[in-house]
Amino acid sequence: MNTQLNFECETGNYHTFCPISCVAWLYQKIEDSFFLVIGTKTCGYFLQNALGVMIFAEPRYAMAELEESDISAQLNDFKELKRLCLQIKQNRNPSVIIWIGTCTTEIIKMDLEGLAPRIELDLKIPIVVARANGLDYAFTQGEDTVLAALVHRCTRQNTSSNSTRNKLVLFGSVSNTVANQLTIELQKQNIQIDGWLPSQNYIDLPTLNSNVYVCGINPFLSRTATTLMRRRKCKLIGAPFPIGPDGTRQWIEKICDTFKQKPIHLVEREQQIWAQLQEYCDLVKNKSVFFMGDNLLEISLARFLIRCGMIVNEIGIPYLDKRFQASELQLLKQTCQQMQCSLPRIVEKPDNYNQIQRIHEFQPDLVITGMGLANPLESRGINTKWSVEFTFAQIHGFFNASDILELVTRPLRRNSKIFK
Amino acid sequence: MGTLRIASSFKNVHAIMHAPLGDDYFNVMRSMLERERDFTPMTTSIVDRHVLARGSQEKVVENILCKDKQEQPDLIVLTPTCTSSILQEDLQNFVNRAILNSKAAILLADVNHYRINELQAADRTLQQIIHFYLKKCSLTSITKTIKPSVNIIGIFTLGFHHQHDCRELKRLFYDLDITINLILPEGLQVQQIHTIPNAWLNIVPYREVGLMTATYLEKKFQMPFIDISPIGLIETSNFIHKICSYLPYNPQIQNYINNHTQFRVQSAWFARSIDCQNLTGKKAIVFGDTTHAIALTKILVREMGIQVLCAGTYCIHDANYFREQLEGFCHEILITEDHTKVANMIARLEPSAIFGTQMERHIGKRLNIPCGVISAPIHIQNFPLGYRPFVGYEGTNQIADLIYNSFTLGMEDHLLEIFGGHDIKEVITKSLATQTVITWSETSLLELKKIPGFVRNRIKRNTEQYAQQNNIRLITLEVMYAAKESLATYI
Repeated sequence: MNTQLNFECETGNYHTFCPISCVAWLYQKIEDSFFLVIGTKTCGYFLQNALGVMIFAEPRYAMAELEESDISAQLNDFKELKRLCLQIKQNRNPSVIIWIGTCTTEIIKMDLEGLAPRIELDLKIPIVVARANGLDYAFTQGEDTVLAALVHRCTRQNTSSNSTRNKLVLFGSVSNTVANQLTIELQKQNIQIDGWLPSQNYIDLPTLNSNVYVCGINPFLSRTATTLMRRRKCKLIGAPFPIGPDGTRQWIEKICDTFKQKPIHLVEREQQIWAQLQEYCDLVKNKSVFFMGDNLLEISLARFLIRCGMIVNEIGIPYLDKRFQASELQLLKQTCQQMQCSLPRIVEKPDNYNQIQRIHEFQPDLVITGMGLANPLESRGINTKWSVEFTFAQIHGFFNASDILELVTRPLRRNSKIFK
Repeated sequence: MGTLRIASSFKNVHAIMHAPLGDDYFNVMRSMLERERDFTPMTTSIVDRHVLARGSQEKVVENILCKDKQEQPDLIVLTPTCTSSILQEDLQNFVNRAILNSKAAILLADVNHYRINELQAADRTLQQIIHFYLKKCSLTSITKTIKPSVNIIGIFTLGFHHQHDCRELKRLFYDLDITINLILPEGLQVQQIHTIPNAWLNIVPYREVGLMTATYLEKKFQMPFIDISPIGLIETSNFIHKICSYLPYNPQIQNYINNHTQFRVQSAWFARSIDCQNLTGKKAIVFGDTTHAIALTKILVREMGIQVLCAGTYCIHDANYFREQLEGFCHEILITEDHTKVANMIARLEPSAIFGTQMERHIGKRLNIPCGVISAPIHIQNFPLGYRPFVGYEGTNQIADLIYNSFTLGMEDHLLEIFGGHDIKEVITKSLATQTVITWSETSLLELKKIPGFVRNRIKRNTEQYAQQNNIRLITLEVMYAAKESLATYI
């Protein structure tokens, strides 16, 4: 039996969303923001298709569409962007404008970071630059670039109190409901959350300095974590991510350890959740699952599903930061030992073509994949679940563990119903 | 995008995009909207940091050759994207190198992302592929089919109701005793391309895609083509007459048309029926691609007596034709790619119905004006499973339904408004205990408001029930979540 984690790397010819899709959830999370995506028709077309109905609801984001004259530097970037930002300021009056750099701005080397401070000074409105381009990043990593850029805008000094008490700031964008739930969960352990990155409003960004402990709640935030440690000397709590009751318990435990609190009723709480999940677990037990990989949640989800009794054939993942995900990988290893199953292979930068060959070979009971491949696989008799749903669903904490299994078992339940 | 749509419509043609990660959302659209059962024949040769630093070098060539081995396509189309356009790599050179070692033919799509839109790219690519396979053909080597035959040009993937239109056209030609030589490009194999000139004439039902190919074939093989879109009764008749002018005289044709327009087709009678009188002079706005916007405007005005306040198109490149066609049919013409301009125009004119794309449907929703969708861009609901052609005689029935339904809904809405709604009594919430002593904390009330309307009352009831059972007086956020958790049972 395989007891070491195996990492492989393929060609990177795989399908995922462009990282600019992060504006879809971030503009809703940061309520006083405006996102300006600086790109081409392709970017606009993608946003329009990916975000579907949302674009019609007067969203707080827009495209600055580059034309041939921009590319050939016949127009002045500074003037053009200033004009657009002025228009946004007048029409929407946001607290911050976030520029999303794309592949095109990258290639033509548009100096967004250089232009932003000048326009910021002229218009008296903060402008944050995030390079969420498809050259460097995949899908959810877009959020990572935005949050990393926001770190620079957090204050260093807390003006209200000068206490040297250690503070806790959580980073990662989750819906306010999930944020409340996690807050309550930590309150039960007598731990106070001093801030979130991102906060609900730009003006409420947390204070960050060397007294602050930070902890991530999403596995794709390695850049943000690095920025927090290097630029703000924050102390990172390395923990598995609060996905599934097992992950949530360890996550809380690690935070408790750091703040020298003895966990209260935590084990009981986890067991109580597992008891609730029993029926789902019975359904998935010994079923196999294959992650094609596109949103970086794969390791945490696989770990949780193994704990539920599933067999994982392969974990595809766009990018794996072994340091940021160290605790998560450790927990994956432990879980496999505990469940007495061999460790799955982890494929970084997978090749969709090869993966489909392997899927035909394994015949897994469930493939977690993007929408481009889901229907063709279904038509070949293979159950699939769209991976994007895990990005948009509420999956964090004890409360939402059942929602993950609800998603995972849906294809199994549907197909067992219609084919009888 | 247009290039990909053309390439993936052919059988056994593979497209390779030279693009950064995430630009391949075309396969999502195809697999989701068309609910395609097969993998989209498309791969991305990823442009990443390394490519930026050193150029693609071997990567594109390797990817081409790899696909050649894996899928064994007949033709590989290499597609630049807006990103790779600016990189200015010599893609033609990659193609030339790959040709040496591949079994498949390889083509570089000649499209510039900053100059043309999706439809133009599709038009161009189709012409390019046909030209590629026919350039060596000479006029003398052609044997025309014995029976009259046609090629239908421009049916392809993700087209608005293309599959249904194609079936309806087939039926029409069957009735007219004309055989169909080939359909381009949907389902066509590249080996069949050399038989294109065998047809007597070419049909281009949608002027956005196919005109370039038809013009090319006319020049090279003297094949006449017809670019009338047979949408609506009058245009369908024109279409049939035009076809017949190229065929030996057949007295049956006029009978066929009369028979259909007078007796067989419901829409012709429907337009004269008393129901339709109510539509006379009603105001509408039309917006879409050139083909559908023109056709719909003409139907509304000539066949149903509806007043078109404004007709518009986003096909800027074809603006002159659009203006010329609709001269005298409507009060205003709007040619723009900016949907806020369309929204402003609709808000200003306040029509009783809109016929447009999904964009206009959403504008209509905001302004409370009904909208019938007549053109791309479209959502999944515009890829219906049932038979819904827009062309031909069955098409006229479908359009009549669409138009009529849009207006009646509007009428109903107005009547409701006059009388103050379906049910003017205030809804009384069912509650279990009449005197609940349970109060909600401020934060939990906020949270409750966030829950979508249709389940909010149920959640409220369940939470209160939970609170009662547990002797809780004040519902806080925590209580809410606990209630949800206790109810979270296996469905």
